[in-house]
Amino acid sequence: MTALSALIRRDIQIALRVGGGALIGVLFFLTVVVLMPFALGPDLALLSRLGPAILWLGALLASLLTLDRLFMADHEDGSLDLIVMSRTPLELACAAKALAHWLAAGLPLIVATPALGLLLNLDATATSAVALTLLAGTPALTFTGMIGAALAVTLHRGGLLLAVLVLPLSIPVLIFGVAASQAAITEQLPFGTPFSILCALSLVSLVIGPFAAAASLRHGLD
Amino acid sequence: MTLIDLANPTRFLKLTARILPWLAGLTAVLLLIGLYQAAMAPDDYQQGATVKIMFVHVPNAWLAMFVWGVMSLAALGTLVWRHPLADVAAKAAAPIGAAFTFLALVTGSLWGRPMWGTYWEWDARLTSVLILFLMYLGLIALWRAVEDPSRAARAAAILTLVGALNLPIIKFSVDWWNTLHQPASVMRMGGSSLDRAFLIPLLVMAVAFSLLFVTLHLAAMRNEILRRRVRSLQLMQVAQASQRSA
Amino acid sequence: MSLGPYASFITISYVLVAAVVLILIGWVAIDYRRQKARLRELEASGVTRRSGRGVADTR
Repeated sequence: MTALSALIRRDIQIALRVGGGALIGVLFFLTVVVLMPFALGPDLALLSRLGPAILWLGALLASLLTLDRLFMADHEDGSLDLIVMSRTPLELACAAKALAHWLAAGLPLIVATPALGLLLNLDATATSAVALTLLAGTPALTFTGMIGAALAVTLHRGGLLLAVLVLPLSIPVLIFGVAASQAAITEQLPFGTPFSILCALSLVSLVIGPFAAAASLRHGLD
Repeated sequence: MTLIDLANPTRFLKLTARILPWLAGLTAVLLLIGLYQAAMAPDDYQQGATVKIMFVHVPNAWLAMFVWGVMSLAALGTLVWRHPLADVAAKAAAPIGAAFTFLALVTGSLWGRPMWGTYWEWDARLTSVLILFLMYLGLIALWRAVEDPSRAARAAAILTLVGALNLPIIKFSVDWWNTLHQPASVMRMGGSSLDRAFLIPLLVMAVAFSLLFVTLHLAAMRNEILRRRVRSLQLMQVAQASQRSA
Repeated sequence: MSLGPYASFITISYVLVAAVVLILIGWVAIDYRRQKARLRELEASGVTRRSGRGVADTR
């Protein structure tokens, strides 16, 4: 247990330092959300209707960008080999890294959501709905994204390939995340249905992600 | 002959050399029969003659998924049993599967224009096939990104299996998303209540295309084995040359 | 055989399918010839396989 908690603490500390992934992810999120009105026009009604979708897309892209740091930095300085060879099961180590990544890079996105919701003219219900669905859905993004990060770790310019591999896997999360947000706002459909599916997706990814990532790392690094 | 016998590449090459001509011939015959039947099929009372597009669209759509299934089996062969030809089978199938998926998309779009009035429609089926196409392209990119074929094989195997697990989830999500955004019902394309006049040409074409896939796949596997031989010989050539000059 | 008002859609579909299938067949055939040619070149330049068999041996 202590090995894993040490791993988590280390990853969070690295991410929060300068050059780490945490705050740059939020900055990217902000940039994407600010970019949207320039493309869509400043019509507040339109923006508030598209708000949940814009926030979800921004969060998805931001988490995608920070994903390649998950294993790349460790691979470059050799600590990934140490982690693979250590006594802790690689699956748990991957899960620990993903958890640390979510805490350092995913949570700040959720914290930033209310401020960004204001930019998009979303009211309090809408913003809290989006924040809640992001809370439930970003673990799925991180844990499935980890699979792509593990597959691409040994490639030198694997960043874009990683995105291409991970995006089809994140489509279901996006669909249900936005649907749940809309359900909370317009109430045409019970919030529970898409939200519980979203939670289910996250729970499934918590299991499959580490296993697939560990298998990729083992096979990719020998 | 068991699967283990087929593990020997030379024996596999022997076998393909023998059966490939027959497979190719049978495929050609079935395709011709299917085309004739498609031409002779009556017009649908709703769609008119455009129902004939179904005879090429549905087999390609079905193959798009079937090939991913074949690659998934090959992926298991690589990861679990380490069957020597599993890598080869997986790599050879990917571009062929991608081509069929592309055809499914294009024929689906051309079928959709007369029916829905637009070339593209974000309905559940077309959208799922589009995502599948993206996944094929990503897989092919992964195969090409890694130098060493056996390492590429293992990475591709994992991605194939994760994709296979994800396909039902994607299909379900897109279905759900579609009913959410399109309350109007979309015409059901060819359910099991197909009239026999349409069902028979469809089945013949489906079998013909499946045989086409098997033929192309075996031929592509043969090429891949030869390509790996070339690679190992080139490496040996470099090694021998550097030994001589050493 | 009258193909109705959307005849061009039907013909384009079939033509496209035929074209892609022919491209696939062509790719497989050309690749085969290319690999065989390379194997012949390599054998001519004196490289031998571990098993001592001919490089282009498929028998």
